[in-house]
Amino acid sequence: MSTTMKVARYEGSNVLRSRWMLVYTLFFLTASYGLLRFAGSGNKALLSLMSVVLFLVPLVTVVYGTVYLYSAREFTELLLAQPVKRWQLFTGLYLGLTVPLSLGLAAGVSLPFMMYGFDEPALAGTLAVLVLAGVALTSVFTAFAFLIALRYDDRLRGLGAAIGLWLVLSLLYDGLVLFLVAAFGDYPLERAVLGLTLANPVDLARVMLLLRFDISALMGYTGAVFQRFFGGVEGATLAAMMLGLWISAPVALGLRAFRRKDF
Amino acid sequence: MIEVNELEKRFGALHVLRGLDLTMGSGRVTAVVGPNGAGKTTLIKIILGLTRADSGSVRIDGKPIEADDDYRSRIGYMPQIGRFPENLSALDLMALLRELRGSDGPVDEELVERLRLADELHKPIRTLSGGTRQKVNAVLTFLFRPEILILDEPTVGLDPISSGIVKDKILAERGAGNTVVLTSHIMSDLEELADDVAFLADGRIGYAGTLFDLKRITRQNNLERAVAAMMTWGKAA
Repeated sequence: MSTTMKVARYEGSNVLRSRWMLVYTLFFLTASYGLLRFAGSGNKALLSLMSVVLFLVPLVTVVYGTVYLYSAREFTELLLAQPVKRWQLFTGLYLGLTVPLSLGLAAGVSLPFMMYGFDEPALAGTLAVLVLAGVALTSVFTAFAFLIALRYDDRLRGLGAAIGLWLVLSLLYDGLVLFLVAAFGDYPLERAVLGLTLANPVDLARVMLLLRFDISALMGYTGAVFQRFFGGVEGATLAAMMLGLWISAPVALGLRAFRRKDF
Repeated sequence: MIEVNELEKRFGALHVLRGLDLTMGSGRVTAVVGPNGAGKTTLIKIILGLTRADSGSVRIDGKPIEADDDYRSRIGYMPQIGRFPENLSALDLMALLRELRGSDGPVDEELVERLRLADELHKPIRTLSGGTRQKVNAVLTFLFRPEILILDEPTVGLDPISSGIVKDKILAERGAGNTVVLTSHIMSDLEELADDVAFLADGRIGYAGTLFDLKRITRQNNLERAVAAMMTWGKAA
C-alpha cells in the first residue's frame, strides 16, 4: 500500500470516529428524513435539501478542516519526521479528511431516500447530482482549509479566514452579483455574470443542480443566464468541469504550500 | 554521528541561525541548551527535515540529509508535547508508524512494560491523561530501535518514577552506541544525562564541548550555574 493510502486510512478512521462526524451525518440524516416526510414530494424535498447542502457543506468543511488541521499540527510534524515524502503525506491527509466528510454527507442525505424509494424515477438522478455536488464542495473547501492552515500559523486568524471565505463565497458574492446587475442593468451583462458564476464554486454547484430541477423561477439571475446560454446537458457538463478545476486548483496550491512550508 | 556545518536560517527579518557548526557524536548524549530564541528548535527541525536551511549542510554519518528521505527511518523523534489523533489508540499509532517506516524487525517495547502502559494501549488517546500521553510519546520514540534519538524536553509532564525510567532508557541507548540529542530546561536532567553540551546564543555556538570542561571553564560546579555564567558572558560580550 502506498504511503498516501496508509496515512489516509489512519487519519480517515480518526475522523470517522470523531463526535463531530457523527453530528454532521445525523444532521443530514434528520434533515433529509424530515424533508422527505413533510415536503409532500421527493422533488420538493430535494430542492430544500439542496439549499441546506449548499449552505452548510462549505461552512462545516472549511471550519472543521481548519480546526482539525491546527489540532493535528504536532502530529503532522511527527509524521514529517518519518521517512515519507511531503507530497505523499499531503495527499494522505487531504484524502483522510475529504473522504469521511463526503461519506457522512452522502450517507446522511441519501439513506432516507433509499428507505422510502423515489416517487418518480428522475429523482434518483437528481439525488446523485446533489450528492456529487456536495462531495465536490467538500473537496474544494477542505483544500481551502489546508491553504488557510498552512498560510496562518495563528489559529484565531486561520479560523477568521475560514469563516470569512465562507461568508464571501456563500453570501456576499450573490449580493455583489445582484448589485452589479442592478447598477449596470443598461449594459449587456450576460457574459460578465456567466464569468462571475464560474468564478465561485458554490454558485457553480447551485447552477449545476438547478439545471437539473428545470425550474428557472428559482434559479436567480445567474442561473437564468446560465441556462439561457447553455441549456440542459452542456451547461451541467461545463459546470461539472469547472468544479473539477475548482477542486484541483486549491489542492495544487495547498500541495505547493505544504512542500515549501517550514514547520 | 550528526555533523552540522555553517547552518544559516532566516525567518523573514529574523536571523535565527548564523553559521552554526556542531558535531554530535555516536555513543554520546549531546545537550543543546541556550536562552529562548537562540535557535535550538530550529536546529532540531532542520536536522529532522521539517524546516529547510537557507545554506549550510547537515550530514548524518557523512551523508547529506537532502540526498533522500530514508535517513529519517534511523531517527527517533520525541516532540515536546505528545499530541496525537484523539480517536486513535496508541496501538493504532504504533501500527501507522511501523507501516510508514516500512519496519518489520522486532520492536523495542521495554518502555511499555516498564511504564506499565499495556492496559492503556488500546484506549482512544482522548481518554488518556496528559502524563500517559507523554509516556506513549516516549514509547513511540524508542519503538523502532533508532540509531539517532532527537528528544525535545523528554521528561516534561512525567512523574518522577516515569522520568527516571525514561532517563535510564536514554542512558542505555547511549551505552549501545547510539547518538542522542537532547534539549531540556531541566538542568538536573541534563547534568545526569549529558556528555557534551552545545550552548547556543544568537544562532551561533557559544560553547561546544564536554560537560566537564564547561564546568571547569566557567568555574561552576553545576550545569545550571555554568549555563547562567555563559549567558551572562554572552550579554557582556
